[in-house]
Order: sequence, then structure tokens, then C-alpha cells
Amino acid sequence: MSKVRKQTWRFDHPIYLAATGTAVGPLEARGPLSGNFDKAYNSLNCGEKDWIEAERALMRRAISYCLAKAGKQEGDMDLFLAGDLTDQTVTSNFIAKENRVPFIGMFGACSTSMETLAAGAQLVDSGYADNVLCAVSSHNATAERQFRNPTEYGGPLNLTQTFTVTGAGAAIVTKERGKVRVCEATIGRVIDWGIGDPNNLGSAMAPAAADTIWTHFQDTGRVPDDYDLIVTGDLSSVGTPILKELLIEKGLDISNVHQDCGLMIYSSDQPVGAGGSGCACSAVVTYGYLYKRLAEGSLKRVLVVATGALLNKATPKQKDTIPCIAHGVVLETAKEGDQ
Amino acid sequence: MLNDPKNYSENIKPFQPKIPYFMNCLKAFLVGGFICLAGQCFQTLYISLFHFTKQTAGDPTAATLILISSLMTGFGFYDKLARFGGAGSIVPVTGFANSITSAALEHKNEGVVLGIATNLFSLAGAVIVFGVVSAAVLGMIRLFIEQIF
Amino acid sequence: MIFLYAFLVGGAICVVGQLLMDLFKLSPVHVVVSFVVLGALLDAFGLYDKLIAFAGAGATIPITSFGHSLLHGAMSEGHEHGYLGVAIGIFKLTSSGITSAILFGFLVALFFKPKG
Repeated sequence: MSKVRKQTWRFDHPIYLAATGTAVGPLEARGPLSGNFDKAYNSLNCGEKDWIEAERALMRRAISYCLAKAGKQEGDMDLFLAGDLTDQTVTSNFIAKENRVPFIGMFGACSTSMETLAAGAQLVDSGYADNVLCAVSSHNATAERQFRNPTEYGGPLNLTQTFTVTGAGAAIVTKERGKVRVCEATIGRVIDWGIGDPNNLGSAMAPAAADTIWTHFQDTGRVPDDYDLIVTGDLSSVGTPILKELLIEKGLDISNVHQDCGLMIYSSDQPVGAGGSGCACSAVVTYGYLYKRLAEGSLKRVLVVATGALLNKATPKQKDTIPCIAHGVVLETAKEGDQ
Repeated sequence: MLNDPKNYSENIKPFQPKIPYFMNCLKAFLVGGFICLAGQCFQTLYISLFHFTKQTAGDPTAATLILISSLMTGFGFYDKLARFGGAGSIVPVTGFANSITSAALEHKNEGVVLGIATNLFSLAGAVIVFGVVSAAVLGMIRLFIEQIF
Repeated sequence: MIFLYAFLVGGAICVVGQLLMDLFKLSPVHVVVSFVVLGALLDAFGLYDKLIAFAGAGATIPITSFGHSLLHGAMSEGHEHGYLGVAIGIFKLTSSGITSAILFGFLVALFFKPKG
């Protein structure tokens, strides 16, 4: 049974993460999860001449750590699935040019982290690839200049606004036995409940996250207590209480096991508005912190629901509301006898 | 009931953070007032030291503040000031200079002509367009009325 | 006293801008644009000059004075050359401000890097 009811994939074979790699910027490195990342740059430009190069450096570095930890070469990879927030996902495109691995570019805004992981696991499971390299990146300054204003522009602080995480995460998906297993994936539907304010993405994305989580529990027949942790990508301090309330109204209480990556990565005294966001937000938390906890067994089963707002700079000005999506992936500690 | 797609944006209002209206206004007042006070100091200085008149001192005063604001933007301070001051740093002429400098700076990597020069007015252009259109229309109307009476 | 009035009036104009952003959810660019139009409107009725006489830089530094200067320049030439004078004079008083903003903006962009 590969497909469970409507939206969930349960992989037939045991699929593992061979290794993960993460690279982050200075603010993330000073946050509560510091020490869980492979590389922390102490300047926002990562030693490069501009922001676009800096984001490339982040993804390049995350991938090189990931390959080194797995003891593999770029040539061992059958597929490279990657995405980011820059126009036409150029960061991923240019990294794909360098590593010369067959490439499928993906875009799901900030949900791209789990989109690439779910698709990668699926391709390994079905036998079309043995090793798939999944990577995403985001950079505060490239996102800021693309979606909002120039980085040095003095705009006011909006209380519902999130702060794009500077970082990149990479993972290798394979059938070879590793410490963390990819078990299921729930592919989300695009949900738009009429929020048009691009500075309030937490409120806009909460219904999409709720829909995917609700569907996941319907499909799998599990209850929230079956998970040690359910994390959402970047709902922030605004969207998180809305998500919990949306699910409680439907009779699903995830309050005890839920956390939001955007709130985990920064401490409350850091100047980040309502919390972190961006592709890298869920990626570095999952591939850095959660991978470590799963590998050592202090977390046994985690549902990661990466949330994405599918807008560009023009759509809010055209009075369009914001379509949102969320993809969930279940990660488990690998057990003896998984075959 | 939050699970109501039609009225969602209304129903989530209790979940939205409260805007600290008073504190925002106080900060805007202090920062904006301070920038204007600095302007007044420069103006008085130019009148007493360099023999400008009250009418002509406005030009070097504005130019001085624009220079300071551009430099602060270059050193990366102006956006931090605006995080605190809100409209207090947006409404004065320093905010106009910041919008020009920041837009030019951001696109520096696309080249001097296509990056810096074409993006210089990407934010501030709206100010000039609306200023010129409104002044031209109002000017014509006033002239028309003056000619009649 | 002019220093105190400059501080109070300048601050008060900024408070109006802050309320436009907080209460009516206007973007900063919308606020600045409305202020320029407002400055031109006030000058059309001869009110802005009174404010400048009272508050000095408190009225000339906020962007409202840009609208006022545009109309002022337009009117001074308009009185000499008629309707065409409006076009001739519109940048007469503001040219130093626009020139310095372009020049300094350009130079800073040449020699600095964005800090993020």
C-alpha cells in the first residue's frame, strides 16, 4: 500500500536519511539552537560580494557537509531536488550547474524543504533513484529585497511580520541503512482563506497547515500522542495559536506536542518580529536539531509540516489574496529490523 | 468558529497582536521632532555664520540632512533608526533620501547604469510624481482663479 | 522658541503619519505621497507659509514641504509667464533638494555596500 487514502504516501521500502548538512547566518547561530548547525557564518554576506552569492555559498556549504558526512561524492547522487525563494530559484539552478547532478528544480515557497524531501523519498522508494540529494536555502537580504524593500530602507516594524532565516539545509535520501527513517509524506492542497496582507503570512498559512495536519491524521488513523513532536515551518507567534484553535475546533488537540520552527530558531529577545520564516527555517531546524534528536533516539517520531505562502511581490498589490500550502513528512528513529 | 473560510479574516482578529498606538506615536514624535530640531539648528547656523536669509537657508539645510541620511543609510544605521522611529524617520526629508540611497545601494551588484541609476527612484519616484502632478494641477487652478478675480 | 516649535510641530506631523500607518494600514510610500499632496493643498490656500513662519524647520523638513515648494515655484513663474510658467517653475525651489538626494544617493551607492 503506497498510497494511504487520498493525500498520504507510505513508503514501501525503508527509506533513510544518509546524512544532513546545515549552514546558517549569524543571527541563527546565536539563537537557542546554536550548536546544532554544521556551519555558522559570522557575517550576513558569508564572505561573498553580494547577497545572491552569499545564499549560494550557504547552499554549497550545506551540501558539502552533507556529502562529507555521508561519505559520498557528488557523482554518487542520481538526482538533485532543490528550491529556494529567489526569482526563478536561481540559487538552486546555479548550484546544480556546479554539482552536475541531474536536477529537478522545485518551488513551494517555504514548504520547499519538505516538498523536496517527500519527492526524493518517493523517487528512491519507487526505484527511480538510489541516492537523492535534497536542498533548500533562503537568505534574509535576498528575500527582503525581493518581497519587501531594499535592505537598507527604513520601513517600520510590523508586529505580524516574520524574519527570513538565513541558511541552507541539505539531506541525502537513500535505501542504505541510516539513523533516521523517512516513513510517510502528506502532500498538501493549496488553501486560500482570504488573507491578503503579505506582512501577515502566519495568519494566511495557518489554515493550510491545519488542513494538511488534519488530513494526515485522517489518512493514517493515528492520534497526536503517537508523535513525540509535530513541528510547523514558519507560522510564527501569530499563526501558531490560530493553527491550534483551528484543529481544536475539529476535535484534534495537538497543543502538547506542537512547536513552530520559526519560534524554535530564534529567542524572544532577538529582533525578528513574529518569528523566523523562509525555506531554511524548517530546513535547518529539521536537518540540524531534529535530525540530531531523532538519530540519538530522544525523539522517536516527528511530523514536520513545512508551510509556504505562494505569492510574489506583485500579487498583493493586485489585491489578490495569498494562496498557501503545507507538506508534511514523518521522520522516525531507525529501528532494528526495519526491512 | 475559526473554521469558516468566508469570515476567516474577521474571526482571527482576537489572535492578532495589539498595535501599541501610544508608544508608536510617542517614538515617531520624538524621532521626527528631533530630526526637525536638528534641521532648525543647521538653519540657524547657516543664517548666522554664512549670511543666508531665512528664505535661502532652507536649501543648504535640507541638503545637509540629506547628506547625513545618505551616509547613515550607507553605514547601515538608518534602517535601525526607522525600526524604532516608524513614521518619525519616514516623513522628514531624511526618509526621502533614505529611500533613494537604499534602493540604489541594493541594486549595486547589477551595475552602475542598470543597477544604481535605474533603481534610484524605484521608491522615491512616487513622491515626485504625485508632488509634480498635484502642484501642477493646483497651480493651474489657482492661476485660473486669480485671473478671474 | 523657534527650536521648541520646530521640535513640536515636526514631531506632530510625524505622529499624523504614524497614525495613518497604524490605523489605516497605509504603507510608508502611501503616507509620504499623501503628505506631499497635502503640503501642496495647504499651500494652495496659503496656509503652509504661516506654518513655516511659526515652526521653521518643523515645517520645512517634513516631506509636506516638498509639495509646498513645488507649488510655490510653479506659482512664482506662473505669475510671470502664465500657464506655461507652472511647468517652468515647478522644480525651481526643490531642485537643490532633488539634486543633493540624487548626488549623495548615487555616491553612497558607489562607495558603500548594503549591510542587511
